[in-house]
Amino acid sequence: MAVGLQTEVPGAADDFLAGVWKRNPVFVQVLGMCPVLAVTNTAMNALAMGLATAFVLVMSSTVVSTIRKIVPHQVRIVTFILIIATFVTIVDYLIQAISLGLHRALGAFISLIVVNCLILGRAEAFASQNRIGRSILDAAGMGVGFTLALLCLGGVRELLGAGSLFGVPLLGSSFEPWTVMMLPPGGFFSLAAWLLLFSGLKQRRERKLAGEAVT
Amino acid sequence: MNDESLATIFINACLVNNFVLAYFLGICPFLGVSGKRDTAVRMGAAVTFVMLVSSVAAYGIHALLTWADAPYLELISFIAVIASTVQLVEMFIKKVSRPLFEALGIFLPLITTNCAILAVALFQTNKGYGLIQSVVFAFGAGVGFTLALFLISGLREKLELADTPDIVRGTAITLLLAGMLSICFMGFAGLFN
Repeated sequence: MAVGLQTEVPGAADDFLAGVWKRNPVFVQVLGMCPVLAVTNTAMNALAMGLATAFVLVMSSTVVSTIRKIVPHQVRIVTFILIIATFVTIVDYLIQAISLGLHRALGAFISLIVVNCLILGRAEAFASQNRIGRSILDAAGMGVGFTLALLCLGGVRELLGAGSLFGVPLLGSSFEPWTVMMLPPGGFFSLAAWLLLFSGLKQRRERKLAGEAVT
Repeated sequence: MNDESLATIFINACLVNNFVLAYFLGICPFLGVSGKRDTAVRMGAAVTFVMLVSSVAAYGIHALLTWADAPYLELISFIAVIASTVQLVEMFIKKVSRPLFEALGIFLPLITTNCAILAVALFQTNKGYGLIQSVVFAFGAGVGFTLALFLISGLREKLELADTPDIVRGTAITLLLAGMLSICFMGFAGLFN
């Protein structure tokens, strides 16, 4: 997935936008799949999970970038994980305080943000090598991209599985819900469908580029 | 305390609530190292071993932290124990079988961030399992993970010979296969109430 491999020095906007679109963590890099599939059965759960992950991502990137020069190379991964685990514990209590129902719906998946490879990946690949400002922008971009991807999945699954969006019924009472979309297989199928859509778009663009090169 | 029988716990963790196909845990290695049956089974064995060790450790930590009245340290201590167990397994495999070590590659250290393992520790604590129940639960989860990995790798080996359109190659077709497997595993749902 070498889409984002560019040689020129990227500006601030590029740092942010790369995560949202060109190097979208879910659709392009296929990272952090577990929560993507597990908690996207409704749009609300997807949004909450996306925001929680984005918060942990930004906070841990900030801290990692701040202390990047004083952490010995050998113990950096353990240090990063402990930083991430601290912020996840904070988010866990925060969600519990805001809405107990949401906390129950997301269940163990809030704690499991710790092992989301996306967060550790950004800490290791970007925040540990860049200044604080750029690291925050990068983390924010990735967080927004992740949240958008979760919403894409959650929206489709809730719309087809229950005929509603954010709990608001949209498709009327004559709509027969596709129960399977709410169940585990629906997660696999809708993610596969989104990936198909994106690879289709990419192929069309490449063919267009190839056509332009010939003429 | 939870009074489920050991057989129920095992079958539940292994088939009915299969970690990969029903809970979506451990999807990264599921998509990453499921190309060959051989690698898949060995990866499954390594994960099962780490699960067993960290399950026992998690039981001890939970008891200790309950006694010390510091539940907020639970997550951090769980992940620290898992990371060190993975390090241990990595050194062991490197010593015993060099080719296997190279075949598993980057996915071996990544067992640390395999959500299935942390999930075993979290679920057994949430459900209030005793020590033996926890170990059986971890073993069932490991067997279920290996089973899912083995099934999908067999399918993918066949798939390489099949004539698939360019557009579905790679992750998309694997996810479609996983979805169908997941539907099959839903058939086990009626085993228990």
